Amino acid sequence: MDLDLTEEHELVRKTVREFALERVGPVAEELDREARFPYEIVAELGQLGLMGMPIPERYGGGGADTVSYAIAIEELTRIDSSVAITVAAHTSLGTTPIYLFGSEEQRREWLPRLASGERLAAFGLTEPEAGSDAGATRTTAERRNGSWVVNGSKIFITNAGTDISACVTITARTGEDEISNVIVPNGTPGYEISAPMHKLGWRASDTRELSFRECEVPEGNLLGERGRGYSQFLEILDGGRISVAAMGVGLAQGAYDLAYAYAQERRQFGRPISKFQAVQFRLADMATEIEAGRALVYRAAWLKDQGRPFAREAAMAKLYTGELSNRAANWALQIHGGYGYMDEYAISRLYRDQKILEIGEGTNEIQRLVIAKHLGL
Amino acid sequence: MRIAVCVKQVPEGAAKRIDPATRRLDRAGEGALNAYDANAVEEALRLKESAGEGEVVLLTMGPARAADAIRKALAMGADRAILVTDDAAAGSDLLATSIALARALEREQPDLVLFGQQAADSDGAVLWGAVADRLRRPLISQVAELTLADGVVTGKRQSEFGYDVIRAPLPAVVAVSDSINEPRYPSLKGIMGAKKKPQETLTLADLGVESDRAGEAGSRTEVLALSEPPSRGESRRIDGDGAAPEAIIAFLAEKRLV
Repeated sequence: MDLDLTEEHELVRKTVREFALERVGPVAEELDREARFPYEIVAELGQLGLMGMPIPERYGGGGADTVSYAIAIEELTRIDSSVAITVAAHTSLGTTPIYLFGSEEQRREWLPRLASGERLAAFGLTEPEAGSDAGATRTTAERRNGSWVVNGSKIFITNAGTDISACVTITARTGEDEISNVIVPNGTPGYEISAPMHKLGWRASDTRELSFRECEVPEGNLLGERGRGYSQFLEILDGGRISVAAMGVGLAQGAYDLAYAYAQERRQFGRPISKFQAVQFRLADMATEIEAGRALVYRAAWLKDQGRPFAREAAMAKLYTGELSNRAANWALQIHGGYGYMDEYAISRLYRDQKILEIGEGTNEIQRLVIAKHLGL
Repeated sequence: MRIAVCVKQVPEGAAKRIDPATRRLDRAGEGALNAYDANAVEEALRLKESAGEGEVVLLTMGPARAADAIRKALAMGADRAILVTDDAAAGSDLLATSIALARALEREQPDLVLFGQQAADSDGAVLWGAVADRLRRPLISQVAELTLADGVVTGKRQSEFGYDVIRAPLPAVVAVSDSINEPRYPSLKGIMGAKKKPQETLTLADLGVESDRAGEAGSRTEVLALSEPPSRGESRRIDGDGAAPEAIIAFLAEKRLV
């Protein structure tokens, strides 16, 4: 048994940690306050090869394993969730479907620009009336004169509306009881993107409502086989959960880092509050749970890299780290006391950024449902 | 064009601990590439890139785990690395280290040898001088801007009063200042490719360094005593309640500073 990370994993961690601290940390508060999309950071991440880590090199990606990718997402989230979700959604949800299910032609058309970070991709699954019940998709794609004509709407879509967004892959009904995935390029007539949505957290990330009205895309934009959309998006979500679980660990770690530092600076009753057991025990619990969460995430990632089934472990990792990050953010803010409630303190941003980790890419409840199914219930 | 960059693995983080028993720096924790050396690696890569040809060779002496520091520099883009590691080299001071590095450099015959301005652990800032002397090569230190042309290296040397511009014929030794550039982050591609780059491990015997000129036997530095830094004298803490500004003004007035 070997639980050591490889030298490459360690170097990925050190590099992304340094980048996050030096390049993201100083602007995170401002980006959040102004709800400004981090174009400069995305460009830099692209240059470092971090916008398409798990995509093979022959398509312009990094050819890295899932463990490296999870480590990178974890380290970005430790400093800023908006940047981390931008990378994670682009990679796991936007780019991966085209890699997994696209034809060679589609891969060659899209992947090099996406994996380099030059352009961004989005995945449009959620609809106003179809959230956890993703099978209730109402958006339709109708075959007409050699084209797909899309009608319907999507909501809470990440990366769809930036200046560099290239396309969205949407789930649509292509017949009675039949769901397929279709690529819709930005700029297609009939594809309308709302203004950025206002959010509790993840404020510097791009979240939109999309509407399609008689939106016509070429026949060749169907992703994979017709009617395979449902199983395709389940597979995408399985993989995506690993990156969101990595965000849970990263957010908890970031909250812990802030609380740990603050507890040693802040003095009350004549000593640093880190000298009080009430505070020490909280930090001890956080450190312990973070270790447990990290082990779950890395194992799910490792299973995926071994080509073994990982869906159960990914759901467990996502559930556990989602709830762990909630506890950690809550305790970390509590340790900060009144200062933690102020915008000037980073913990207030992490606290707001945390909640979505229990909702996005499958709520806690959906994760429990997935796990229960794997348990044979 | 061959550029050698001498690098060092130093303990990670700002906190330094000296082992009272050995009177040596505690190197048990995580190690990292000395940040000042990253400037030297970056400058070597830029010189190679602007020349469109050449080779950047890393040289370090240390325990086997010093390879971690090398790996980051290889991931940044250096072409290959030489690690001098030998049990007999443990405890080498700068004098002993300079012999081993000079021998390794004589073997490589680089056109230019680059150093960072100092190591973040020992903060000596003299090793480059010792190596240049042993090699009998010209030395420019504290270089904030570096150019190479027609076999001549020109360095803008930072001084307290401005800049000295110094020219020296190649081969030469240059110690760069940390203001010379902003080191790049290793790219994912660089990280993934670092392991495949040639890494040579040499012993002192390979370099022909006599055992009495290495390690503790070859060192002339002796640590006589260790002591806490002197206290800053009496201090008074004024906490930030509403009365703090008045208390500070009263204190300054008492000292006749306002």
